[in-house]
Amino acid sequence: MPVEILKEKFTGKVQEVVLGATKEEGGTRAYTVKLGGSSTLPFLQFEGEIPNRPVIALEIWDIKPDWHECFVPCYGDVWEDPVAWAKKAEEYGADIIYLRLRGADPELENSKTADDCAKLVKAVLENTGAPLIVEGPGFPDKDNEVLQAVAEAAAGENIALGVAEKDNYRSIAAACMMAKHCIIARSPLDINILKQLNLMVTEMGVPIEKIINDPLTGGLGYGIEYAYSVMERARWGALIGDKMMSLPLICLAGPEAWRAKEANAPNEEAGPGWGDQKVRGVMWEAMTAAALLQAGGDLVLMRHPEAAKLVKKQLEDLMVPNTY
Amino acid sequence: MGFIMIGERINGMFKDIGEAVAKFDPKPIQDWAIKQTEKGAHYLDVNVGPTAEDRVKSMRWMCEVIQEVCDTPLCLDSTNYDAIEAGLEVCKKPALINSCPAERPKIERVFPMAKKYGAGIVALTMDKSGIPKSADMRVAFAMELVAAADEFGLSPEDLFIDPLILPCNVAQDHAPEVLETLRQIKNLSDPPPRTTLGLSNVSQNTLDRPLINRIYCVMAIVAGLDSAIMDVDDDALVDAIATADMLLNRAIYCDSYAKVFRQR
Repeated sequence: MPVEILKEKFTGKVQEVVLGATKEEGGTRAYTVKLGGSSTLPFLQFEGEIPNRPVIALEIWDIKPDWHECFVPCYGDVWEDPVAWAKKAEEYGADIIYLRLRGADPELENSKTADDCAKLVKAVLENTGAPLIVEGPGFPDKDNEVLQAVAEAAAGENIALGVAEKDNYRSIAAACMMAKHCIIARSPLDINILKQLNLMVTEMGVPIEKIINDPLTGGLGYGIEYAYSVMERARWGALIGDKMMSLPLICLAGPEAWRAKEANAPNEEAGPGWGDQKVRGVMWEAMTAAALLQAGGDLVLMRHPEAAKLVKKQLEDLMVPNTY
Repeated sequence: MGFIMIGERINGMFKDIGEAVAKFDPKPIQDWAIKQTEKGAHYLDVNVGPTAEDRVKSMRWMCEVIQEVCDTPLCLDSTNYDAIEAGLEVCKKPALINSCPAERPKIERVFPMAKKYGAGIVALTMDKSGIPKSADMRVAFAMELVAAADEFGLSPEDLFIDPLILPCNVAQDHAPEVLETLRQIKNLSDPPPRTTLGLSNVSQNTLDRPLINRIYCVMAIVAGLDSAIMDVDDDALVDAIATADMLLNRAIYCDSYAKVFRQR
């Protein structure tokens, strides 16, 4: 007697969000990326539709980053030049380029101006073909000023701007609306606030298909299980038809993984059995990303090209239909 | 899918609607269509009322004028099935047929019509001899209706089984029987049929109708009620339903959950 596979029936699905715009769509991107769209839990193709593979964004900064020396072989020759760095990220197979404007931090000496940032974004767009995400320096006033200028400079390209939070979303939402970009809305591991924020952003007039959610993540060993629970619940909300909870999720796997001692500790300070840092750091990041994808991430932000490569391979394997 | 609210207000039993139907004046009907839609109604009940001269003509006209101002699906409420069919012919979205009891000739008229027009059916747990008192008898009628759905090629989910609540000041002992019926209906099939109630009936001629409606609705939701024909203009009632939905973990909490509930 054949075994009957029990299938969960859901009424909702994850909202599909498109990033980037090609020439025909008024931009200059070589391709667009679709996020979300799933009508089932992650990678359960036998149960529903998973129209879009989760994607990988590679992180670049507008200034030289304070990263571990193991990044020197892959990015050391380009990280003084963000445009060259962006091109390199594309060569490493990034689906999306994620530019963090850390140089606009108002507490830095020679803090970059909004105009500097807008010019840089334009230059990155002119020299690359991947869709772009731009994150402000993380100081509300400066974020507003910088992202406004960036939004105008990138008009037509359908980039994503971040990050909007509960107490600072109006200006960013306005900038996104005006230039028809997407917005990244973040809440610190709090699903209730995330839903409220989505409501507030849509009430300002941002279309729901222009919102990406960042539930905030912890690195492997540093609270990833909280992120996992929040993401799992958000996906479940989307699947039972809770529209304000149905947005695709971005996970900051790279930045979080590389905050962990286990990723960075040199071999002489490593615990027993930790192994070589070069392998260990990459694995720490890849494992963090893999867990977050299983929790329902639609876009993982990654840092090390080797880790990104491992995750991309895994994603391709996971996207093979597992029909019964 | 969360709780489904069927707005009860476009019914000729109400004076303003009764007069509008008599004079073919679309304004009061359209005003209530818009207002109930804004309040979050998922369906609008449409009943020509007891005084309409030509129920077929009136039903078709009401459906047409409502659809001029909103695209909320309609719940065609009549004992005259020709009137319902006239309404179904002009409905732009899949409608509900309100209603059909567990009586063979009526099932044979209504169920094929539902199949033809892709409509759902408000199916009543009663027959010619009236409304039974016990939950067991109500459930037996529900089972007949589920079997009939299967026979006519409908899914159990196309049925909105109404276990028929009576006014609490007349038939108080029916209220717990209806709750028990709701519980048992959910075990009749997989997928189970859906359930509904003419909610306002529970409070006919009582002093504080909104209070009784609200409390009974929440009790019924816990027992398995999926929808109600109700006063969607009663904000406290809708808030109570939104809260029950959230506390049953069917929607994720946020500070404005009751507002999000109305946007579905």
